[in-house]
Amino acid sequence: MVGVVAVTPPLATVSDATLALAIAVPVVVVGGVTAISIRLRRRPSAAPGRPEAAVSPEAAVGRAPATPGGEASPEATPDAVRIAPPEEPAPITPAVPPGSTLEPEVARPTFRGRLGKARGLLAGYLGAVRSGDRIDGTTWDELEEALIRADVGVRSTDALLGTLRGRVKAGEISSAGELIDALQASLVEILTAPEAGLAPVGSGFGGDASAPDRTVDVWLFVGVNGVGKTTTVGKVATRLTREGARVTLAAADTFRAAAAEQLALWASRSGTDIVRGNEGGDPSAVVFDAVQRAGARGHDVVLADTAGRLHNKVNLVEELKKVRRIADRPPGRVTEVLLVLDATTGQNGLAQAKVFSEAVDVTGVVLTKLDGTAKGGIVVAIQRELGVPVKLVGLGEGAEDLVDFQPAAFVEALFDPAG
Amino acid sequence: MFESLTDRFEGILSRLKSRGRLSDADVDEILAEIRVALLEADVELGVVRTFTAGVRARCVGLELSQSLSPGQQVIKAVNEELTSILGGETLRITYAGRPPTVVLLAGLQGSGKTTTAAKLAQWFKRQGRNPLLVGADLQRPAAVDQLRILGAQAQVAVFSEPTDPVAVAIAGLEEARRLGRDVLIVDTAGRLSVDEELMEEVRSISAAVEPHYTFLVIDAMTGQDAVATASAFHDALSLDGVVLTKLDGDARGGAALSVKEVVGRPIAFASTGEKLADFDQFHPDRMADRILGMGDILSLIEQAERTFDEGVAVKGASAILSGRFTLEDFLEQLQQVKKMGPVSGMLGMLPGVSKDLRQASSMVDDRQIGQIEAIIRSMTPAERIDPTVIDGSRRVRIARGSGTTTTEVNALLKQFREMQKLMKGFGKGGLGGAMGGLGGLFGKGGINPRQLAELGAMGDGIDAGGTGGLATLGGGQPGAPAAARGAGKGKPPGKGKKRKGGGRVTPKAR
Ligand SMILES: Nc1nc2c(ncn2[C@@H]2O[C@H](COP(=O)(O)OP(=O)(O)O)[C@@H](O)[C@H]2O)c(=O)[nH]1
Ligand SMILES: [Mg+2]
Repeated sequence: MVGVVAVTPPLATVSDATLALAIAVPVVVVGGVTAISIRLRRRPSAAPGRPEAAVSPEAAVGRAPATPGGEASPEATPDAVRIAPPEEPAPITPAVPPGSTLEPEVARPTFRGRLGKARGLLAGYLGAVRSGDRIDGTTWDELEEALIRADVGVRSTDALLGTLRGRVKAGEISSAGELIDALQASLVEILTAPEAGLAPVGSGFGGDASAPDRTVDVWLFVGVNGVGKTTTVGKVATRLTREGARVTLAAADTFRAAAAEQLALWASRSGTDIVRGNEGGDPSAVVFDAVQRAGARGHDVVLADTAGRLHNKVNLVEELKKVRRIADRPPGRVTEVLLVLDATTGQNGLAQAKVFSEAVDVTGVVLTKLDGTAKGGIVVAIQRELGVPVKLVGLGEGAEDLVDFQPAAFVEALFDPAG
Repeated sequence: MFESLTDRFEGILSRLKSRGRLSDADVDEILAEIRVALLEADVELGVVRTFTAGVRARCVGLELSQSLSPGQQVIKAVNEELTSILGGETLRITYAGRPPTVVLLAGLQGSGKTTTAAKLAQWFKRQGRNPLLVGADLQRPAAVDQLRILGAQAQVAVFSEPTDPVAVAIAGLEEARRLGRDVLIVDTAGRLSVDEELMEEVRSISAAVEPHYTFLVIDAMTGQDAVATASAFHDALSLDGVVLTKLDGDARGGAALSVKEVVGRPIAFASTGEKLADFDQFHPDRMADRILGMGDILSLIEQAERTFDEGVAVKGASAILSGRFTLEDFLEQLQQVKKMGPVSGMLGMLPGVSKDLRQASSMVDDRQIGQIEAIIRSMTPAERIDPTVIDGSRRVRIARGSGTTTTEVNALLKQFREMQKLMKGFGKGGLGGAMGGLGGLFGKGGINPRQLAELGAMGDGIDAGGTGGLATLGGGQPGAPAAARGAGKGKPPGKGKKRKGGGRVTPKAR
């Protein structure tokens, strides 16, 4: 114990020594044990069989070579990050006039109409609650069950119901029906944010590319893998284009195989320009390039698709910070950072929102796949604990399947006995 | 973000003064905590209820032993219950008498099917098989392109054609027969369980190729919906197993438990990273620890093994084993460890780390790490190898060079001396010795004995002392010097028995 206990500080405060220990222990344990176990397991045959052994350590983890992994500290990175011009000029795919590739014009889905078909399940409990007039233990249990099954989370559920319990005790609420109404009202209140609207695009520049103080709005789409970022960019492009904005897409997911092809298809569907980089290239270079080109062509907004990244991968989060910094360089101006969140996500969604918000200052959430059975209740916790509003909702895979978030409809659909 | 179950128990158990039977009230309280822990881990509510009922049965009247604290016994009971639910029969792939063995992947949009298909193909290759990939996701733009690129990386041929998914699957099967491929992996489009048309389509694909294995691919971050989705896919396709993806995130992955419980089929594979090699068969016991928030050192180390640069690792190992661990080595190791994710998060994955230390670790940020790196970088090679040469004026120079203060330089040097001592524990006692040394850091929850045993097994063959250190870990006096314990009083590594002396370390070392 000599080595360790000796440095364990008095428990009262977290001293520098403990802090240092908190760094040293993982390094020593993980580093040391792994080193030893690798050494033990290293077989002569291992090298050729594992392609990643040949990859440079940096490339093996930080996905883009330009991550600041090798530097002393990310903060020490001079802000004037050198933007390597893409090796080849990034091709601008000419906008395909809306036509053959566009899907048939469909009616835009209504929020309520498209919400998952399994709403009846939830309605089931609450129907029972509502019909019983008295508020008793079962009433509370059912409300709790409804909220937990919707992924609202234990903590937020406890807080919501705790407040209501107080109001019941105080005699403000006396019947089960009133209780449900009050619960709905408080959910709506939580989800109603004053700043929930999307930033206006290209306000006031009138397409005059030569105006000296012209800026290009940049919307960044961020999130973990597979949540629907690329699809959402496609949908938003469709929508903004229809509203008359001139849109450039930046295919800044240079990591996932064929990600740029996927976005290119959306570009042609929505009739927007796309700027692509090289696979494995620096995503901030792609965004930089897109902003430059959008500026030169008098476009209003760049929609930047980024690679999916788990929020616990430091290098990748750093990479994203850099993308944001670069996007904010004139004429670029980041006006939306949208965290795309899959409605099936459980409690981890809160951690995602927290890390991404801290890293790139998320301005809103896009809740996708709400057309399925998942209810997306984690947004309640996100809004309540982090104050990040939901702005858009994805209700399918088509270009039109995107609607503004409507708190009342969202909550009502959760509780509507008619399902 | 979430408290570990061990933390939660600490509060309750500190109030349990006397050692005897747990009262009904104690059990209620503990079960309430378990319930919250499971729900925060995204275990489905119905499954949570069944599960807590099972644990209640185990706990009521639990005879408390002398060697384990009540909390440890409860955790053990919970853990065993979880492991048994998660585990059951593990899936063993048997190959069709008439090749190819057909594997069908299905799941929601974005769950990771395409990547899984390629990873699975590579896995089969590692088993000496000769797979063919079929891209039957004609829905998502560029999905087939993605599969082709991944297939090329895995060096597995990909078949697809722009017809319709059922036709592609059938043609793929014919192609596999023609080429003499013995495994066929069919990637399908993501679909929602409520989309009747698309569910019908995947049923047709299944009917056409008659898969030997149908796997549901499910994201470890999935919430309460996991059950609805899994049962719908099970009803449609009669699943054989589940592939759990994105386990390299920090989600607890309670969905694994829910799905296993509801579908009754094993979690066959787990995906733990973006590289094709980050994929293997599923280890139920580790998942139990993770769901409970008890840390998972084995997964951590496996992840590290994939992430670490081999050269640096080997060099580091020699330095540690020889007891000559320098600041240069530390810098290199730090950089490797950093690549795996936030260092603070890592401490959370270590089993039984004390609350104080975990608290401290949440305050560790990139800046502090950067500071350590900057300080070491400002030293000359000679100073890095032998920091005792660093005198007052060198200290000033280093502080200036790294933009820190001499106090900070001093703190690092002092810390490094302690680390070196720890390293000597590795050197002398092998893994067990070092882990024993670390035991002093761990709180009441203690180290999971199974994990230690497995660690010891990993270390088997370093030297007898390594396992010896482990063997004496449980029985040894808490607080005894690690190095001394590890240093060769090694009993023969009697498998299984070695944990008996108490299993969990309960150091009252402070
Ligand atoms: N049903 C449904 N599927 C969606 C929605 N948004 C995206 N998807 C699908 O989810 C999958 C992953 O989407 P993608 O945009 O590639 O995710 P990314 O990895 O975050 O860029 C694709 O199959 C999309 O078609 C949605 O709102 N509803
Ligand atoms: Mg994408």
